[in-house]
Amino acid sequence: MSAPLLRAEGLTAGYGAAPVLHDVDLDVVAGSITAVLGANGAGKTTLLRTLSGLLPATGGRVALDGRDLRGVRVEEMVRRGVAHVPEGRGVVTELTVDENLRLGGLWRRDRADARRALGEVYELFEPLARRRTFHGHQLSGGERQMLALGRALVGRPRLLLLDEPSLGLAPRVTAQIMRLLRTLRDRSGLTVLLVEQNVRGALAIADEAVVLSLGRVVTRGTSIDEDLRHAYLGF
Amino acid sequence: MDRFVFLTFDGLSRGAVYAAFALALVLIWRATRIVNFAQGAMAVATAYAGYSVSAATGSYWLGFGVAVLAGIVLGTVTERVVMRFVDHSSPLNEVVVALGLVLVIQGVLGMIYGNEFRPAAAPFSRDAFTVGGVALLSRFDLFVFAAVGAVVAALALLFTRTDTGLRMRASAFAPDVSRLLGVNVGGMLTLGWALAAAVGSLAGMLVLPTELGLHPNAMDIVFVSSFTAAVVGGLDSAVGSVVGGLVVGLLLSYVSGYLGATVAPIAVLVLLVVVLLGRPGGLFGRSAARAV
Repeated sequence: MSAPLLRAEGLTAGYGAAPVLHDVDLDVVAGSITAVLGANGAGKTTLLRTLSGLLPATGGRVALDGRDLRGVRVEEMVRRGVAHVPEGRGVVTELTVDENLRLGGLWRRDRADARRALGEVYELFEPLARRRTFHGHQLSGGERQMLALGRALVGRPRLLLLDEPSLGLAPRVTAQIMRLLRTLRDRSGLTVLLVEQNVRGALAIADEAVVLSLGRVVTRGTSIDEDLRHAYLGF
Repeated sequence: MDRFVFLTFDGLSRGAVYAAFALALVLIWRATRIVNFAQGAMAVATAYAGYSVSAATGSYWLGFGVAVLAGIVLGTVTERVVMRFVDHSSPLNEVVVALGLVLVIQGVLGMIYGNEFRPAAAPFSRDAFTVGGVALLSRFDLFVFAAVGAVVAALALLFTRTDTGLRMRASAFAPDVSRLLGVNVGGMLTLGWALAAAVGSLAGMLVLPTELGLHPNAMDIVFVSSFTAAVVGGLDSAVGSVVGGLVVGLLLSYVSGYLGATVAPIAVLVLLVVVLLGRPGGLFGRSAARAV
């Protein structure tokens, strides 16, 4: 087994005085898809927000490729290769499709490759190419998810933190997105940490799964034990 | 008819200045949801700096440049040193702090320069050209149109055609998402304040020669008219602020010309009330509710 791209040890974080995450350990292997599962309020979104630095950790450490991420500003994370697609998709609805995608590559020094990456995203998401001048608020839910994902890909990330990409989407669209994540992993070695409520969809593509309950990791592995499935995931 | 034509041109010229000043208010509002009530006082402070330099060097244009540069500096300092640290939990906090800034700036200006009116020279003649016996525009009016037109065009290009403009817009609409995409949101806020204050300073330099002159309170009435212009246009709309400025300028000119100057401030407030009752979001504002 190769060394983990992302390693969190004893991660504790929360809002105000009450911690939401308690002592979370997590390893994400390079080139794999790791699904983070759990009920509402289990701390899944908080975990992603803490990993990308939006929420400061109150304890523990996070390292990317062995390099400590403590004290790294949120704006810096994208330069380290971490892309976080937040829940609710994070499309800037006042901007056009093209502007949203350009925004994903503005930080890059290699302008030519940023342009190339933008072209690739248009090839990957054909509906976006037809709606370049549409504003974010004119898009369907599925198109917005494509846009948020595409915008992250313009930055050619090594690690993609994806928060509930299936939220509010039709099953067919969700399945498309899951297939796409698998393709990206297989073709370009993208590492994905996927937070999902859609357990079946996530487990179908995940190499490993972590189950959170009340802010603690209750189980992890390549297959989820049937008892735990009943207890924490409800099926 | 002659009088109507004269009042129209006069109104458009004043309106152009209100447009620039309203645009400066909108820039800050869009980026930070703060109405910068200190903008008038800030513009006066930079005008004092500009005219001091003009008096010392004998060059109007050097003073003009210093006033705009002082606007950039004052805007940057105001954001970095004061506004950044204001608790944003209630919108009233920022209003109170901005009004406090007004008192401080006006007090300091009074201490340094005194509270009497000082002359504010215009770089061009204010005598209107007459065409067929009708007074139309002065050279100074033409300068005002050109300066405001150039500023509006430059800002439009900045926001719609450049990467920095895209970063500024994204920071204003979605700060967290922008940070995740590597945008220095704090830096964009500072840049927004600096630009807005510079535009405010420019508007001050354009309007003061047409008023009674330099005085710590010289921009108070201009601020009220420009704020009305910004609200009438819809606080979120840059185009609306320009249109609102011209509308307020024309209204003031017609009311002053036909009904008397004392009625003019009331007309501005009536316009504000009518627009707020009819279209609470302003003429160019989008509806307040936004689908998430």
